Amino acid sequence: MTIAEKILARHAGKEHVRPNDLINARVDLVLGNDVTAPVAIKEFERIGVETVFDRDRIALVPDHFTPNKDIQSATQARIMREFARKHNITYYFEVGRMGIEHALLPEEGLVLPGEVIIGADSHTCTYGALGAFATGVGSTDMAAAMALGETWFKVPATIKVEFKGRLRPWVSGKDLILYLIGKIGVDGALYRSLEFTGEIIADLSMDSRLSMCNMAIEAGAKCGIIAPDEVTFEYVKKRAKREYEPVYADEDAEYEKVYTFNGSDIEPQVAFPHLPENTRGISEVGDIKIDQVVIGSCTNGRLEDLRTAASILKGKKVHRDVRLIIIPGTQEITRQALREGLLDIFLEADAVVSTPTCGPCLGGHMGILAEGERALSTTNRNFVGRMGHPRSEVYLSNPAVAAASAVAGKISSPEEVL
Amino acid sequence: MEGRVWKFGNDIDTDAIIPARYLNTSDPRELARHVMEDADPEFPQKVAPGDIIVALKNFGCGSSREHAPIAIKAAGISCVIASSFARIFYRNAINIGLPILECPEAAENIREGDKIRIDLKQGLIHDLTTGRTFSAVPFPPFMQEIMDKGGLINYVQWRLRKQQGSGT
Repeated sequence: MTIAEKILARHAGKEHVRPNDLINARVDLVLGNDVTAPVAIKEFERIGVETVFDRDRIALVPDHFTPNKDIQSATQARIMREFARKHNITYYFEVGRMGIEHALLPEEGLVLPGEVIIGADSHTCTYGALGAFATGVGSTDMAAAMALGETWFKVPATIKVEFKGRLRPWVSGKDLILYLIGKIGVDGALYRSLEFTGEIIADLSMDSRLSMCNMAIEAGAKCGIIAPDEVTFEYVKKRAKREYEPVYADEDAEYEKVYTFNGSDIEPQVAFPHLPENTRGISEVGDIKIDQVVIGSCTNGRLEDLRTAASILKGKKVHRDVRLIIIPGTQEITRQALREGLLDIFLEADAVVSTPTCGPCLGGHMGILAEGERALSTTNRNFVGRMGHPRSEVYLSNPAVAAASAVAGKISSPEEVL
Repeated sequence: MEGRVWKFGNDIDTDAIIPARYLNTSDPRELARHVMEDADPEFPQKVAPGDIIVALKNFGCGSSREHAPIAIKAAGISCVIASSFARIFYRNAINIGLPILECPEAAENIREGDKIRIDLKQGLIHDLTTGRTFSAVPFPPFMQEIMDKGGLINYVQWRLRKQQGSGT
């Protein structure tokens, strides 16, 4: 069995599962946020059970429209807060302790190798970076799982993606996943598990792995998984809030498809509007002026991302026609960036630094685009209207390209400004 | 069920179905006022109860927001037919009782404005305008059962009652 099949089999109490089997599996953690949890809570209350299945295995994170952007969002956030109090939910993270959910939960040791995690947020697939089977669901699924502690799955077939060789300068996990989506398309892994492997993955930092698995959904995948290794164990050992058991693929695991890519072919990637599959290498981008740059989100708001951005912005100024918005993923990332002097570099460069929020990534708040405006963003989606007006444009890149472009005023490679 | 078709293309994402700027509410009627707005700004005014959406591949890709199928259902759309669905949207539609059918042939051949009749149980789609008939991919019995019970919450209630009834 592949990693995904094996994790699902264990959680379903079965010896063996195959792709397309319909199973009921135990879940180790159920996640919701201020947009999806209020709908789930309404559905949960309809079920008629008195308590949640386990108050230690539900995480509620107000991150999308918080700190509350308007009265309606404040009302949604309050529904979640009151539910958390009523059910004494251990892992409710209030503003001040919260972070962007997929940056926060790994940091808190709440998502671990070998686990099954469901979240009412499509980027729940991020936790595959830790060797978990993690997938996004809707609010009703979240409600049922909060009551039962289990959910149904169709076992996905697995596509193995191998990255050989070494990474070129300024190439990160973000570029690997954008490159893959560019090759296979936004439904190239529909309903499938993506298993990432190869020398490049073995050398990849946890932050880069998290941003890579984060965008598995952008290829239509159910999950993206990396087998746990020393990098994983080093990351989880100080953090884990539960016992866990790593799971690896069997030698004779069956893969529906295998893709092999070579690192030397992959330069920093830019996804053009309005789909993440519209990728080009940075050398083929051409002259594209920008009005706004966003560095942050569950894809690229981690410490490595901020360090990379700071290494480019140090001693430079953001272009006078550009607004640069930097959003550290969690309070802890913000504090560490402060200690390392990164925030000072950003402020010195005339960037705005925000408290953790999903904010502009989904066109919520903190950086909405007007008609005709164009942004380069380290986020994960560039759909029509994603960051604001339906006739605004979003380009996607890694933090190095984003920082360099903020300085240059147009989409640029780091080499052009250093 | 019978209705008039609104046709959409490939990769209609959940931001197009219900833009995030309206996600500060979960009121279905309010969401319905903006359904498909970023794919077709006039859609919320044009759509009438009983109408049917027909789209090409990967319908509902992107976010997990259940607000997307909720908005479609609340706008009175009786069924969505597509060549393929993004997986979270697919699950959400089944869970909330929005009828969907996967049928590449129907999705490619049915045109905007056609009148179609759908037999959900049989998975049959009749295009009354052109006289053609298409067969959709049948649902596995387990998913059919969720739909027959009117969605996942009703199904869970039924399961819990059954467990209590059997004393376990």
